[in-house]
Amino acid sequence: MTGSNRAALGLRDALVVVAMTLLALTTTAPFLWMIATALKSPDQPILDPAHVLPRPVHWDNFGRAWTEAGLGRAFANSLFTSAAITALTLLTSSLAAFAFARLHWRGRDTVFLVYLGTLMVPTAVTLIPLFLVMRELRWINSYQALVLPASFSPYGVFLLRQFFLTIPAEIEEAARLDGCGPLDLYRRIVTPLARPGLATLAIFTFLGSWTSFLWPLIVTHRQELFTLPVALASFQELHSIQWPLLMAGSVLLTLPMIAAFLLGQRHFIHGIQMGSVKG
Amino acid sequence: MTAGHSRSKRGDFGAALLFLLPNALGFSFFTLFPVAAAVALSLFDWNLFTEPRFVGLANFADLLGFRNTPEGWAPNDPRFWKFTGNTLFLMLGIPVNVAASLGLALLLRRGGRLQVTFRTLYFLPSICTGIGIYVMWQWLLNPDSGALNKILAVVGIAGPGWLKSYEWAKPGLMLMGLWSAAGGTNMVLYLAGLQNVPSELEEAAALDGAGAWGRFRHVVWPCLQPTTFFILTMGLIHGFQGGFDAAYVMTRGGPDGSTTTISYYIFQHAFRWFHMGYAAAIAVVLLGVIFVATALNWRWGSRE
Repeated sequence: MTGSNRAALGLRDALVVVAMTLLALTTTAPFLWMIATALKSPDQPILDPAHVLPRPVHWDNFGRAWTEAGLGRAFANSLFTSAAITALTLLTSSLAAFAFARLHWRGRDTVFLVYLGTLMVPTAVTLIPLFLVMRELRWINSYQALVLPASFSPYGVFLLRQFFLTIPAEIEEAARLDGCGPLDLYRRIVTPLARPGLATLAIFTFLGSWTSFLWPLIVTHRQELFTLPVALASFQELHSIQWPLLMAGSVLLTLPMIAAFLLGQRHFIHGIQMGSVKG
Repeated sequence: MTAGHSRSKRGDFGAALLFLLPNALGFSFFTLFPVAAAVALSLFDWNLFTEPRFVGLANFADLLGFRNTPEGWAPNDPRFWKFTGNTLFLMLGIPVNVAASLGLALLLRRGGRLQVTFRTLYFLPSICTGIGIYVMWQWLLNPDSGALNKILAVVGIAGPGWLKSYEWAKPGLMLMGLWSAAGGTNMVLYLAGLQNVPSELEEAAALDGAGAWGRFRHVVWPCLQPTTFFILTMGLIHGFQGGFDAAYVMTRGGPDGSTTTISYYIFQHAFRWFHMGYAAAIAVVLLGVIFVATALNWRWGSRE
């Protein structure tokens, strides 16, 4: 900011704030509308501008979506699979990233290149063989099929390696001189110092699995195993005109994501920037 | 001392193996093996119910080949070319989205103390992307009762049929893409990139009489090249394989295939018609296209 002419600057600042507010309305209005519709009675006109606000407020739409539409079970399924995928990803990715960032061994860079190369492979390529493997293992309609294939992503290894590399080598050398083995280094030095990185990966992974659609759609056919996105899509297919219930389901799907983002926003933003640094 | 020294010379091979093993096993089984299997599968004809039959490159010939007909050369699989066209058309949204992200980042830079609040509000759509948003937009884009056409009607424009119309379905999806992506990851990356623009350079340019546009064109934009390059590379990779989730929920690939993308076509062949080999062949072609596009982009990007 050069700040030469204060009056002109004041006007420009005001215009900037107006523009920013209008844009913020564009990004948030659909959400507010989604929530308003989720609280309306089915026979209240949904899109009449005179009836933007729900009157009376139908909190029971959430209960009906939860039980009648079967979204409660789906919500639990999504919560469980997302948590399991996140835990497994954090554990295995951090161990592998430690080996790539902090240990010295022959062939390290070659193996890492293989990991890096697969980041480019589209889901569609692995999808069909993976489905056939699940079928062969008789894992279709199982929690294993929902959790395991998503739990070893090369992306997690890549991201955590970026974080681990930023830890100064002197700390590690001092610990090694004190007789720290690799496991102690991992447990007591590297993972505690890289906690922001682990938090970042946790949020990314959780949100990614929470919205994952294609894979759960393919490996589950029984309603008891549907995750929330699949259950919502199948409900929408059957009852496309029940907007209030559909929107209640959408709120159930999006609110936890907004909450997770707001809680971990700092890590999230930092993680996006770390992920783009060429390693 | 000596023990530590000799270990660092030997390397940590044994330990590295143990650390790597849990992830490497899963990675090999759920990523590496499927990639190889997809390539192998593309050489077979298999509908899941009969024995797989080796057909060599026949799937690729059926997919990419042309044959001579009385009306001239015709593609063996016209749908593949049509859906490739759809995918490329939807990818035209990428530069628009990137420009919007940059615009928002530039605006936020002027935002001072309000920057974090507005960044959060702009980020919300991209964080919530997924089925909930698709259901919501399906309704926003409803031609008769949707909010968008109601708003357009207020200013005297008769809104198009959006997802119900062959011509407007793709622009409708692109509009949703713009709404959800503009304030997302790319904006955050540009915000970080803008922090690395040396303020002395900008001030020097201002002293030399450069206006806002001049400063942007000659100082800010060149400094953002690495960020733009990264964003476009990721955009290309995602763009070629994108479009399934939204189309599945909002349009079922229609009307009349106008929103079917390559990834949707793979899904149809594999899981609707059980043409496992043919679907794998399309996936392998997709992988090749992404590989070549990324390589070209790298070459072009590193020359800059």
